[in-house]
Amino acid sequence: MKKVYVDEKWCLGCHLCEYNCAFANSGISNMVKALKNKPIYPRVHIEESDKITYAVSCRHCEDPICVKSCISGALSIKDGVICIDHDKCIGCLTCILVCPYGAVAQGENGVVQKCELCLENSCGSPACVAGCPNNAIIYEER
Amino acid sequence: MQNIYINPEFEVIRNENRCIKCRVCERQCANEVHSYDADLNLLISDETKCVNCQRCVSLCPTKALKIVKNDCRLRENANWSDSTIKEIYKQASSGGVLLSSMGNPNPLPVYWDKILINASQVTNPPIDPLREPMETKVFLGKKPEKVQRDKNGNLICNTPPQLELSMPVMFSAMSYGSISYNAHASLARAATELGILYNTGEGGLHEDFYCYGKNTIVQVASGRFGVHKDYLEAGAAVEIKMGQGAKPGIGGHLPGAKIVGDVSRTRMIPEGSDAISPAPHHDIYSIEDLRQLVFSLKEATEYQKPIIVKVAAVHNIAAIASGIARSGADIIAIDGFRGGTGAAPTRIRDNVGIPIELALASVDSRLREEGIRNNVSLVVGGSIRSASDVVKAIALGADACYIATAAVLALGCHLCRTCQTGKCNWGIATQNPELVKRLNPDIGSQHLINLMTAWKHEIKELMGGMGINSIEALKGNRLMLRGVGLNDRELSILGISHAGE
Amino acid sequence: MKTEGQIRIPSGCAIAAVISKEGNRMSGESITQAMKPMHDRSNGLGGGFAGYGIYPEYKDFYALHMFFDERAVRKNCEVFLKERFEIVKSEIIPTRQIPEITDAPIIWRYFVSPLKSVLSAMQLSEKEFVARTVMKINAEMPGAYVFSSGKNMGAFKAVGFPEDVGVFYKLETYEGYSWTAHGRYPTNTPGWWGGAHPFTLLDYSIVHNGEISSYDANRRYIEMFGYQCTLQTDTEVITYIMDYLLRVQGLTVKEAANVIAAPFWSTIAGKPDVEREKLTYLRTVFSNLLITGPFSIVFGFNGGLMALNDRLKLRSMVVGEKDDKVLIASEEAAIRVMEPEAENIYAPSGGEPVIVKVKEGAY
Repeated sequence: MKKVYVDEKWCLGCHLCEYNCAFANSGISNMVKALKNKPIYPRVHIEESDKITYAVSCRHCEDPICVKSCISGALSIKDGVICIDHDKCIGCLTCILVCPYGAVAQGENGVVQKCELCLENSCGSPACVAGCPNNAIIYEER
Repeated sequence: MQNIYINPEFEVIRNENRCIKCRVCERQCANEVHSYDADLNLLISDETKCVNCQRCVSLCPTKALKIVKNDCRLRENANWSDSTIKEIYKQASSGGVLLSSMGNPNPLPVYWDKILINASQVTNPPIDPLREPMETKVFLGKKPEKVQRDKNGNLICNTPPQLELSMPVMFSAMSYGSISYNAHASLARAATELGILYNTGEGGLHEDFYCYGKNTIVQVASGRFGVHKDYLEAGAAVEIKMGQGAKPGIGGHLPGAKIVGDVSRTRMIPEGSDAISPAPHHDIYSIEDLRQLVFSLKEATEYQKPIIVKVAAVHNIAAIASGIARSGADIIAIDGFRGGTGAAPTRIRDNVGIPIELALASVDSRLREEGIRNNVSLVVGGSIRSASDVVKAIALGADACYIATAAVLALGCHLCRTCQTGKCNWGIATQNPELVKRLNPDIGSQHLINLMTAWKHEIKELMGGMGINSIEALKGNRLMLRGVGLNDRELSILGISHAGE
Repeated sequence: MKTEGQIRIPSGCAIAAVISKEGNRMSGESITQAMKPMHDRSNGLGGGFAGYGIYPEYKDFYALHMFFDERAVRKNCEVFLKERFEIVKSEIIPTRQIPEITDAPIIWRYFVSPLKSVLSAMQLSEKEFVARTVMKINAEMPGAYVFSSGKNMGAFKAVGFPEDVGVFYKLETYEGYSWTAHGRYPTNTPGWWGGAHPFTLLDYSIVHNGEISSYDANRRYIEMFGYQCTLQTDTEVITYIMDYLLRVQGLTVKEAANVIAAPFWSTIAGKPDVEREKLTYLRTVFSNLLITGPFSIVFGFNGGLMALNDRLKLRSMVVGEKDDKVLIASEEAAIRVMEPEAENIYAPSGGEPVIVKVKEGAY
């Protein structure tokens, strides 16, 4: 299955992936309209330490603890992709606590959001990958 | 003390209606032009630092930025141009030699643009490269004067060592140090993939790149940085650098700040020490000395590798080339005055040397007049910008072209011409690891491959139009060229007729 | 208008040739007739023939065929020749006055042998000396033009249609074991006798149909070796290339064909080792002698001929056989005129040389 992988060797820490992610999931066709003067809630975020930068997003684990720990059944696996049903999420944040990667976060409206590989939005493939200027984020079969 | 006379050269125009305060511009500018003011919730610019490299413009996700020429100008004066006056201010302030990078930007004649290419009509057919074979392979090196046969009458294939190129273009010398590890990695990988060669420049060869040796020309310059036995043996050919088009008659100076880590190790000089290449090779003060170095290198490489001698195009180039052709060298590389550089004194870059078109034409003619054109192959560089420049160069008499500026453009260079600062935002002309990583060789090499592949297609189209299906039938085929707007003297040096003749 | 030598003149053409492998001698009648059905391939601005084995009684002497604009030029030229050669015979080349051929120059032939003293003084081989002398006259002596200089062979050419040129020169009175013929369709010349084909140097002659795109690359290369392409025609440069490759470099005719119509690199890559090495060598060393653009040529030499097309076969050329004869022409019709029952007619592939040699001792 194709997944998003990150090579910190090439990550520049420019944070463009975050903006591309937030835009892709906004449902709005214009980036300025979607993001201007608003806090953004991307599903990928850059972690930085000692000049190393790394774009963190859901690893789509084969045996995901988040899914196991979800008390409302909002998290599920569809064809290998870990998906979230926003209507079922009750915002208990257990998944955030258990995710070893810190790839799950609270969204704008209180419920949890996470990377779903842009399969559910209009992009069809991860926007962070398409917008990365240095091929640091790649979407491929391994 | 700040130089109060000099206004910023550029203006950063930020469209506030578009700016989403993502701060990519701030993070990506090594010159620290952009900064975010949290109180104002605005990105602000310090334009005195802007070099117009356009990194911010390219990465701005909402295209909110543009860099324009500052229209705050001094009073117009046809004799004292704005730039001339500012150079005076700079020197009055610093007392130093002005430095510049990349090729001569002044509006001197570009002869390529005044030469037009022929095509077949009626009396012979153009050839369609999509339907018929079209060959661009070239061999560089000395050709034997006389065919020899063994006692059974069979040909003795006594060709001296040759370089085989899939197309008549190579990446010319850019040293590791002047450009980054990733830039070298991109060039080496692309050259290997393309079946052409790249050139190490004078900074030695990083141990990681020995595996690309078959597609590498190793350079020996006046500083002899990084030259040792394994280095000479690693490459497919050895180039003696006598001069460079951007700065004929002077050496090089890579500041100690760039001599760090692997650069220091590869150059075999201490970290932090300036790498200064002398103006001459101190063992070459004349042509007979050059012959000795040529043969020293041949001995060192057991006569298995062609020796290239690279010279800048200067006034007496035809005679110089004639001397080199008799020196034992296999290939002469001539670098025209528009050739690029990582750093050169401005006055030299802008005023010394001659155009490559004229140098090439006169050298090719001279070597033919003397009957020694087969002693050497001719490679020309110094602003070969496109496939049509390549075709024109071959038709004037070159065997192949060297490109460097075009290659770094493919790697992302935006020709801001401030390589000498070491703060290349595109990760090319820098040794800062934060910046070097901006050039991912996966992308860089692919862009180079794409560019060369595109040029190859175009070269084939142009050849096909002329009814030529192999590049060797184009070499020196000046009848395929016509000049426009050139005077008789220029036409006679170029050895071509005027359009309409 | 400018003539050959002042400007480069492309032309289309008709070619034909016949050779007897047994060395049987044929009159020039048949080859003249062969040009008739290809009339439309010429435009009356040039035609010519080369016959081999036509001067058996003078076979040890170079036969210089010359055009002179006027008598004074001939006188001067003869003085020049006498300084260098022993002239055993000099005469007007017999012609027939016909309305189709007009404005004839003075046409003369000399059977000569280089003076031994001059040869040794100049330290040149006999052939080299003759070749240089011919080129010197053609380049430096206005109004004089050597159009044939081989032993036991001769070229006959004029402005006009080839079938008329054959009649004009009374070719039916000559007998040769090999004949080549040419009809010319130049595009922008008033027509000059010297510009007609065949073009010759020593016993090498070329008739050519085509316009080569590699002309200037070839010319500038070959001029390094003392050749002067004064006519600026394809035929001239191809003749010099063949002379250089065969006489100077000592290649075989087949090897020379592998230079001027070299196989594609992809073809070479598929050959067995020895062959591949040899073809790579020839193509690399003589890269600038590769001829591109359309051509079909018949290259004549003492004892044989070679027919060759460009690598892409951009010009028509067919070959046929009858008994001991091999016949070559731009069109089959010409072969049928010479031998109505010709067999094995085929079109050689591009770059595939057809080499025919007369058996040893028969010429």
